[in-house]
Amino acid sequence: MLYRLLSIVQRQRTSPGWQTWSSTRSSTSATESHSVTLPAQAYVVICGGGILGTSVAYHLSKMGWQDIVLLEQGRLAAGSTRFCAGILSTARHSSIEQKMADYSNKLYCHLEQETGIQTGYLRTGSISLAQTQDRLISLKRINSRLNVVGIPSEIISPKKVAELHPFLNVHDLVGALHVPEDAVVSSPDVALALASAASQNGVQIYDRTSVLHVLIKKGQVTGVETDKGQIECQYFVNCAGQWAYELGLSNEEPVSIPLHACEHFYLLTRPWETPLQSNTPTIVDADGRIYIRNWQGGILSGGFEKNPKPIFTEGKNQLEIQNLREDWDHFEPLLSSLLRRMPVLETLEILKLVNCPETFTPDMKCIMGESPVVQGYFVLAGMNSAGLSLGGGAGKFLAEWMVYGYPTENVWELDLQRFGALQSSRTFLRHRVMEVMPLMYDLKVPRWDFQTGRQLRTSPLYDRLDAQGARWMEKHGFERPKYFVPPNKDLLALEQSKTFYKPDWFDIVESEVKCCKEAVCVIDMSSFTKFEITSTGDQALESLQYLFSNDLDVPVGHIVHTGMLNECGGYENDCSIARLNKRSFFMISPTDQQVHCWAWLNKYMPKDSSLLLEDVTWKYTALNLIGPRAVDVLSELSYAPMTPDHFPTLFCKEMSVGYANGIRVMSMTHTGEPGFMLYIPIEYALHVYNEVMSVGQKYGIRNAGYYALRSLRIEKFFAFWGQDLNTLTTPLECGGESRVKLEKGIDFIGRNALLQQKQNGVYKRLAMFILDDHDTDLDLWPWWGEPIYRNGKYAGKTTSSAYSYTLDRHVCLGYVHNFSEDNGEEQVVTADFINRGEYEIDIAGHRFQAKAKLYPVTSFFTHKRRKDDVELSDFHGK
Amino acid sequence: MPAPTQLFFPLIRNCELSRIYGTACYCHHKHLCCSPTYIPQNRLRYTPHPAYATFCRPRENWWQYTQGRRYASTPQKFYLTPPQVNSILKANEYSFKVPEFDGKNVSSILGFDSNQLPANAPIEDRRSAATCLQTRGMLLGVFDGHAGCACSQAVSERLFYYIAVSLLPHETLLEIENAVESGRALLPILQWHKHPNDYFSKEASKLYFNSLRTYWQELIDLNTGESADIDVKEALINAFKRLDNDISLEAQVGDPNSFLNYLVLRVAFSGATACVAHVDGVDLHVANTGDSRAMLGVQEEDGSWSAVTLSNDHNAQNERELERLKLEHPKNEAKSVVKQDRLLGLLMPFRAFGDVKFKWSIDLQKRVIESGPDQLNDNEYTKFIPPNYHTPPYLTAEPEVTYHRLRPQDKFLVLATDGLWETMHRQDVVRIVGEYLTGMHQQQPIAVGGYKVTLGQMHGLLTERRAKMSSVFEDQNAATHLIRHAVGNNEFGAVDHERLSKMLSLPEELARMYRDDITIIVVQFNSHVVGAYQNQEQ
Repeated sequence: MLYRLLSIVQRQRTSPGWQTWSSTRSSTSATESHSVTLPAQAYVVICGGGILGTSVAYHLSKMGWQDIVLLEQGRLAAGSTRFCAGILSTARHSSIEQKMADYSNKLYCHLEQETGIQTGYLRTGSISLAQTQDRLISLKRINSRLNVVGIPSEIISPKKVAELHPFLNVHDLVGALHVPEDAVVSSPDVALALASAASQNGVQIYDRTSVLHVLIKKGQVTGVETDKGQIECQYFVNCAGQWAYELGLSNEEPVSIPLHACEHFYLLTRPWETPLQSNTPTIVDADGRIYIRNWQGGILSGGFEKNPKPIFTEGKNQLEIQNLREDWDHFEPLLSSLLRRMPVLETLEILKLVNCPETFTPDMKCIMGESPVVQGYFVLAGMNSAGLSLGGGAGKFLAEWMVYGYPTENVWELDLQRFGALQSSRTFLRHRVMEVMPLMYDLKVPRWDFQTGRQLRTSPLYDRLDAQGARWMEKHGFERPKYFVPPNKDLLALEQSKTFYKPDWFDIVESEVKCCKEAVCVIDMSSFTKFEITSTGDQALESLQYLFSNDLDVPVGHIVHTGMLNECGGYENDCSIARLNKRSFFMISPTDQQVHCWAWLNKYMPKDSSLLLEDVTWKYTALNLIGPRAVDVLSELSYAPMTPDHFPTLFCKEMSVGYANGIRVMSMTHTGEPGFMLYIPIEYALHVYNEVMSVGQKYGIRNAGYYALRSLRIEKFFAFWGQDLNTLTTPLECGGESRVKLEKGIDFIGRNALLQQKQNGVYKRLAMFILDDHDTDLDLWPWWGEPIYRNGKYAGKTTSSAYSYTLDRHVCLGYVHNFSEDNGEEQVVTADFINRGEYEIDIAGHRFQAKAKLYPVTSFFTHKRRKDDVELSDFHGK
Repeated sequence: MPAPTQLFFPLIRNCELSRIYGTACYCHHKHLCCSPTYIPQNRLRYTPHPAYATFCRPRENWWQYTQGRRYASTPQKFYLTPPQVNSILKANEYSFKVPEFDGKNVSSILGFDSNQLPANAPIEDRRSAATCLQTRGMLLGVFDGHAGCACSQAVSERLFYYIAVSLLPHETLLEIENAVESGRALLPILQWHKHPNDYFSKEASKLYFNSLRTYWQELIDLNTGESADIDVKEALINAFKRLDNDISLEAQVGDPNSFLNYLVLRVAFSGATACVAHVDGVDLHVANTGDSRAMLGVQEEDGSWSAVTLSNDHNAQNERELERLKLEHPKNEAKSVVKQDRLLGLLMPFRAFGDVKFKWSIDLQKRVIESGPDQLNDNEYTKFIPPNYHTPPYLTAEPEVTYHRLRPQDKFLVLATDGLWETMHRQDVVRIVGEYLTGMHQQQPIAVGGYKVTLGQMHGLLTERRAKMSSVFEDQNAATHLIRHAVGNNEFGAVDHERLSKMLSLPEELARMYRDDITIIVVQFNSHVVGAYQNQEQ
């Protein structure tokens, strides 16, 4: 096998031209493939011989796993990998992608040395151009983040750009980001090198072998059916690229992998008369929607157009990828843009317009991880045209995930379980990727919402709220109100409202927040994931005690905030659980936990017919009544005493509201403000909402949205799972000690890790930062991912931020690390360490002073302010 | 005459003369051209004659324009914005979609688009479209007037009634006559499809009706009772001839109402060509008088377009017409009857409605003019008798009728006045409309293949293709699209906005020098219905 593989590579090397690619490949493997028979069993079967499949195989074998089989339907590296433009760029918006790209870069750099196979790796550097100030801000943000992780980069002037690249028209530029260590590489060669190294480590590679479907028994992978026979296995890895979606659906128990292909074009030219220097940097002109790299003395240039062409929606894509047609008319805007950027290209001769489909996902992030429905079924696909840049790192993380049970970085934003079956409609995917692909080069501003594939899941109150001016955002397919635009007020058009500065809804949210503080607001929070766990005996309590860190053996009617931890003590989920009765619990989790939490519970709960887990998300509409007057509204509607004596905080009662009976009322608001959550069976939703609104009128009730909620919860230092909390953060690291009962008498998951951490101390700590010298009107707003500096030294990154209308300041949450002066190793972080630091937050290269807090700001000067604000008009009824 | 104008006299004169001589320089005034010997030059210079009112507008405007050009804006370029261009191009556009089932039969016509772009002010072209209600079929026509718009207006109002009446069976004519006689409600004959700008003369309506009634009364009297099949070709010829006859008679008889009296004279002394299509199922008749043209767009099996001409131009380029004229007049007139490619050296079309100056005897002309209103008497043009005018009539309105049986590959019919045909080749017209109607998705994709193409060349090619595409998307009306090309095409056959803008912003006086009135009707056929007809009969 190894010999065969190497022979392919060697023959290929003798004729490195583009045109000769396919001919060399086909002649080698066709003859031999018939004689090979597949092994009857293996430990892992990887489907897909592209860069991702080979990367996973490489890393798994490096970590010591044996018995790995890699199957490829055609030839190795013959899919998108073959057509990849070969640009490796670390200038990425998300830090996890940045880490993966950085790792890939280092890996590919050494690959040639390690395997002896030429990969064409060339450190050219990359220059991302900014035609507008907004683009420059976006690049500066990336620059700040690159610098703190040790990737050299700098913001340079247009003049410097002209020096770095001879042919570039720089007259319309305002600046650029230069990353000198970015590289170009031949991606099929990288895949072959990875395959060859894996093969040396014992991975068996078979090409021209198609996986038909995966065999599953009792929710567990048992084998793979191929066109050449069956292989028994325990793990299956779907790295099938654009075929991953189809392959996922082919099982008896379908695995939903939401991705969709779009045609992607790039141009190859013949070489210049005096060939371009091979180390000429790669150019990314996002405003012009194009990238340009040096290619065999000529150039290679493609882009992400505004009007993508999705293909293979019906799924008939088997190997048609080979003969997709060039579409010059479609490429015309990109060509214009290219000639504007490099006018000297006019006279260069065209070699070819390559059409290579790329896969995109509904949120422009790749998909990795284990299927929520089939254990042992792993996926790595949907690379959004960054397969080469991310391939190395992604393969490593997935291998870690399989070997250790979790990756060494938080990859929740890439986790397959962030999606459910609801994202797997072909129509949805087709429409969504048409929005995602242009987004590759669109300006990425805070609080961006997708416009396509919307209004899938809605609350029964959607129309009512929409008519009252609600503006919507979407989470896990569910529409949630952001804020309510008052009548007679107009907001900017969608495109115009893109800003890194103070947004146009600032005053609107302020009035909503104020109303929450002083009167009462109602927020529709129906999107939250809601589970009910019931049992005939004590099984429910027992299993929950094992799964959750807090003590759930509380009197009926109590609500417990608790983490659902993994073995390392990290948060798999952060939720509130109400004990409805002795044997039944009601669990509320974040919206995007619907798939993940379900999978987790199913994995760890005993398979016991007397224990019933039910997803009741769709059964209840949730209204959050926030504010000091919420109690008045409710007591008027229920004729029940609602005073703190009768209804203390964190309490749950089933009661009637208006005419409707059986409403679960909980005295909590997810914000730290007084108020109640109402869980209403959906058929009563409209009635209860109407009653609340009409009774609430005299208390000044109004609608509010998630932006107000966000401002309230961040100023109260309420960390949210998915943003501030993740699988690598423990309760002890974020002030959640009160939610852990180490001594509750049950060895719950993660207890050992927490005990150890308690003894040793934590290595990072979530803190709240209040920006001091930040001008809300004029300065750039924080978002998330901004570097935190302690005494001038990098100490961590922010995880979320909001403007606090009570403090009149921006508040960021973020983790503070203690990196050793000498070797950069992480050291214990104590409260003292936090308190005795001078902090700065870096927003796009500008550092703002910040005060760090470990506990929420006491409402001391909140009260004072409110006293000052009392006006005569407050005596008028509203 | 205001004094300052004199300053620009040379300019005006040059321009003016060039119009008149016609042969000297680029001149589109082809229909009518007066020999200068008959008009004292000094009169022309100082008192613009009413006869030339249609040629040259009051001098003041002209003067303003020259002044503006010379002193204010020479270095600046005034370009119309694309929306302004569009609003000019679309001002007269009209579309009609035939209901899928009109109650009688499934129509072989999907619908039609029409539009016109004036060069004269007011425009002298007219268009008409109507569905026959008492018989089957649809009538569409374009009319190109000369020496004013009176005749083309009258023909556009009246001709289709004459045709419809000619097509009516005996019983229906009787029924109508009885209804008129007894004052009952009349059967509607035509369903007009008119743009709001297409008007009908209210004043003459009674007069026109009476003439029409006389016509059908004669048809009733002529009919011997046996209901023979009505021949469309014959009906068309009769209708044309009858209407022209009525126009002539009305002018001779006059009208007690002085307005009407002047009107009928203006109609008779001005002229109009006509190109009319009658479509009934797969039967397409085109009746043509003059130099407008009907062109059939045929899609070949390979998707390409070819043009089939369904009418013959009646002008000097048509050998048969030259032959006809020579035969109709004595040998000694052989040289004078057509001079400088014009009838008697004056008129471009060899067949036309009105133009009694080429039809009446000299005596009759003089009598009518003398007894006519003063306005007529003051008119140099009407007074002036054509040279070598020995054996009238020299002109006829009798149409040449062609018949075509529609086939599924016949996709559309373009009826247009010579304003279109002199700027565009028929093949281009058919291709542009064809590509417009089928949509650009049929445009062949480009492939580089093994050719040596530079990025710059490819970019040029793509921009051109996109320009074509965007002009397609801009127009919802095939006729508008065609006008856009006719006026704005550059040497490469692509719409050039700059050129389009210049052509459309010409002042009224100059416009006529660069282009003629353009009127276009594009009729789209329903290939499925046509195919079904064919199969039925097989």
